[in-house]
Amino acid sequence: MTDALTLRIDRVACTGHGQCAELLPELITLDEWGYPVLHDTAIPANLRAHARRAIRACPRLALHADPTAARSDSSSQAAVTTTSSTR
Amino acid sequence: MNQAPAPTHLLPPTTGTSRLLEAWHTESHPADLTEHLNRHGPPPRIGASLIEVVEQAGLTGRGGAGFPTGRKMRSVAGRGRRAVVVANGMESEPASRKDRLLLGVAPHLVLDGALLAAQAVGAHQVHLCVPRTSTEQLRELAAAVDERRMAAIDPLPVILHAAPHGYVTSESTALVHWLNGGPARPLSTPPRTSEKGVRGRPTLVQNVETLAHIALIARHGPDWFRQAGTADMPGTTLVTMTGTVRSPGVLEIEPGTTVGQLLQGLGGVPEPLQAVLLGGFAGTWLPVDQALGLGFSRSGLASAGATPGAGVVIALPHDACGLAETARMLTYLAANGAQQCGPCLFGLPAVAADFTALADGHADADLLSRLRRRVGLLPGRGACSHPDGAARLAASALTTFADDVEQHLHRGHCERPSVLSVPRATRMNEWR
Repeated sequence: MTDALTLRIDRVACTGHGQCAELLPELITLDEWGYPVLHDTAIPANLRAHARRAIRACPRLALHADPTAARSDSSSQAAVTTTSSTR
Repeated sequence: MNQAPAPTHLLPPTTGTSRLLEAWHTESHPADLTEHLNRHGPPPRIGASLIEVVEQAGLTGRGGAGFPTGRKMRSVAGRGRRAVVVANGMESEPASRKDRLLLGVAPHLVLDGALLAAQAVGAHQVHLCVPRTSTEQLRELAAAVDERRMAAIDPLPVILHAAPHGYVTSESTALVHWLNGGPARPLSTPPRTSEKGVRGRPTLVQNVETLAHIALIARHGPDWFRQAGTADMPGTTLVTMTGTVRSPGVLEIEPGTTVGQLLQGLGGVPEPLQAVLLGGFAGTWLPVDQALGLGFSRSGLASAGATPGAGVVIALPHDACGLAETARMLTYLAANGAQQCGPCLFGLPAVAADFTALADGHADADLLSRLRRRVGLLPGRGACSHPDGAARLAASALTTFADDVEQHLHRGHCERPSVLSVPRATRMNEWR
């Protein structure tokens, strides 16, 4: 329970229902089309219950909280081309 | 979206060594398997120790992201399960021709690298993916794969795939998605392909140029590899020069070569330039005066906020309109998203429309602030980095062509003709 948690949105699953921004406005607002803008991925201890509620409320199950440490090693590996080139 | 044939205008590089294209430069014809083996010798039996060798060589991915190749290999190998290797020859960047050229003139260097990487990470399969629109290339590669099968030189098979060709279909998760029977659209991560890729197996997706470097590193070692290039980007790298240059084509350069030297490399430029776009359509515009002295490498371009991307330099002449060119590129990028995430569904089309209105001289009073806000909300909000690339293009255009922005806001359309080659912005409909 004391482990730090990181908020993550599955952008493919998200269809912009907007529940997350209503339940967790401290960390999430919506863009002009109703899609979430994450202002901070770290969930402060005092917002944990709110975050959990927002995660449960997402009709697309697109909001997640990951243990912070587990994400850090892989987060730099977003090997994405453009297209690349090769994409 | 159609792939042009391999550039025929190839001059020797201005500086440094020719490695990947050496045989092409001396023989002027593609190397078949016999010629390849005569020149390079058979692939060494080096197994898993290749990973450490690649790490020591400091090879970075040549597909655009520049991730350390050895670290990626170790991540795949470390899962303790049978892995899969995907050789990515999709080259979706519209301005890039280097992968097409390399696969055309030195296919066995790429295949050697893929097979060596496969043996290093414990893979039982190698998939080579190229665009299905590229029929000539598919025929050539099928012949190269057949040559190897007949010669029985490889311990595992290479499977050639004709994949749907679109801007985002070359993204590593999109290719894995397609190889698993789905549409060639990017997937949300985690899981990463290194953990769970083709058929759920740890999967190493590497650009074909990266694999060709591996083939040479396995033979000559890390010290040899580091004799060229910079500390952060050792070795040579392929660069596609296009736009207003006398002979558009592909150069093999040492990273660190200045942009100015690159522009001189293919017979120079026929007229004065105003700006260059570095990295491709998802790249960064810079005023030509600022760009000339920069070394073309990750660290060399970082100070200017640019990256080499997949190795693309697009030269814009003095009398073109950078805003109009950017508007056309953004419209292309907007049409070529996977239409999955909010930024691609709404943000990117809105940015392209705003930019087009600006370039056409139809800007309303709020346009510039709205455009800046919308551009600022693209990065980091998609499953892949497609919106991030488009944002980089748009933001750097607003800075580099700041005078033009003022002109267009107050005086309207500038009537300058389009000069750069931008594919038609048709929505992709063939994802499988």
